[in-house]
Amino acid sequence: MTPVITPRILAATTARILRQLAHDPRSIAMMVALPAVLMTLLYFMFDGAQPLVSNLLLIMLGMFPFIVMFLITSVAMLRERTSGTLERLMTTPSGKLDLLFGYGISFGTAAAVQGLVAAGCAYWFFSVSTAGAAWLTVLVAILGGLLGMSMGLVSSAFARTEFQAVQMFPIVVIPQSLLCGLFVPRGDMATWLHVISDVMPLTYVVEALQQIGAHAEPSAILWRDAGIVAGCVLLALGVASATLPRRTA
Amino acid sequence: MRVTVDVGSAIDVEALTVRRGGRVVLDALSCRIAPGSVTGLLGPSGSGKTTLMRSIVGVQRIAAGTVRVFGLPAGSPELRARTGYMTQSVSIYEDLTVTENVRYFAAVAGAGRAAVARTIGEVGLADAARQLVHTLSGGQRSRASLACALVGDPELLVLDEPTVGQDPLLREELWDMFHSRARAGATVVVSSHVMDEAVRCDRLLLIRDGALLADDTPAGVQAAAGTDDMDAAFLTLIRQAGQEPPGGPERGAGGGADSHKDAVTALAATAAEQRHTRSDTNDTGGRHARREPR
Repeated sequence: MTPVITPRILAATTARILRQLAHDPRSIAMMVALPAVLMTLLYFMFDGAQPLVSNLLLIMLGMFPFIVMFLITSVAMLRERTSGTLERLMTTPSGKLDLLFGYGISFGTAAAVQGLVAAGCAYWFFSVSTAGAAWLTVLVAILGGLLGMSMGLVSSAFARTEFQAVQMFPIVVIPQSLLCGLFVPRGDMATWLHVISDVMPLTYVVEALQQIGAHAEPSAILWRDAGIVAGCVLLALGVASATLPRRTA
Repeated sequence: MRVTVDVGSAIDVEALTVRRGGRVVLDALSCRIAPGSVTGLLGPSGSGKTTLMRSIVGVQRIAAGTVRVFGLPAGSPELRARTGYMTQSVSIYEDLTVTENVRYFAAVAGAGRAAVARTIGEVGLADAARQLVHTLSGGQRSRASLACALVGDPELLVLDEPTVGQDPLLREELWDMFHSRARAGATVVVSSHVMDEAVRCDRLLLIRDGALLADDTPAGVQAAAGTDDMDAAFLTLIRQAGQEPPGGPERGAGGGADSHKDAVTALAATAAEQRHTRSDTNDTGGRHARREPR
């Protein structure tokens, strides 16, 4: 067996994906600026009423990276599958994990930039306040981005065209957004809805952020939630790896 | 149709059967490809050229048979560092420049940085090296894709229609380059559906309907068909294959690979019989791969 990850190839793959992103300024602008624009809308929708706005924006800080990374990754990976580059890579020394972790690291970096900018806006411009540390908020936002990225990698396997890839959005992202606690607190949901929301990973991103909002010290639930999300990311990467057979029909 | 090249064949395909979407694409195909040579894979589109190439580089799911490259099962991890594969579609990143693409595949293959500019020059893209791929012409894109297959100086080059869309001068240069790579020891497999490129190969595999029509030198194919014109030769071989009664010349009796006429006739008969068998059983959908008699 060749090594599962070759540092040289992983580094080259990460650099290649970041370079592709760098050639696409519009996507970068969307990633970085869109959260701020949407938070501005939300802020004025509720006339800046606290603590309502603060609570809502805190949740949004986890949702933005999740949604944006899901979209970007599912389309990028679909292109990899349909353009023939994936097939070509399968004939090279590149391992599947070199490719998947390449996406993980490069888009994770993008998620970090987005998380920093969005959290910066939230704290400085929109008076979001959390009892816990701001760096924890950024950390969970990055986890949300990684979650969206890993689920995007998986969902690209179920699409043949970019049109179909975008159709995965309402299937994967919208139910999670509805039930994650943004619209209705999870405690107020009917039991069956609560159960569904329990098995949706975005729920734990949101709960982790709410824990940071409520507790000065990192709570046990925060760490548990972060662990659940990280586990989901690894699980999704494993599933994504299984959707990349070297031999195809 | 045993071709008796026992000493050091680079590629050894045994009774390879591939089905795609319920259709038999390759039908118990066997062939050997010698190292350090340029082998042309010719045949009409849909004949199975790409499927054979995908099998050789190890990305094709196969129903039966074996494919060995340099003595190892096709697609082995050890082989991947030694293989350069250019797919028929332009399989590079359109949102990167030519240099960025070649640099990436060089890094994956473990090739040094010096190889990047040299290879881009070899395919005649030095002037377009800093251009984004999606701004290139079709022929340029194809050459950029070719450069990504060449850059690691692989021992096995599998190139699916690398000369499509190139002007005559460039085609000439590309064929010269394939031969210089072969002289340096590489095994080069090139597919084309343009018959006039056949004469540029050291050896030809003519494929039709997933079966080998001929495995010979260009001169041998011409001699067997009694014409210098490759298009006409191919048609003649197809007709011969169609006329030969199934089971005529004994299969497996192919002696030396150099007895061109006999070998080609036998191959043609084999092809006819294979097609015959296939049309008999195709609709049952559950046929088993037939093995070549030893």
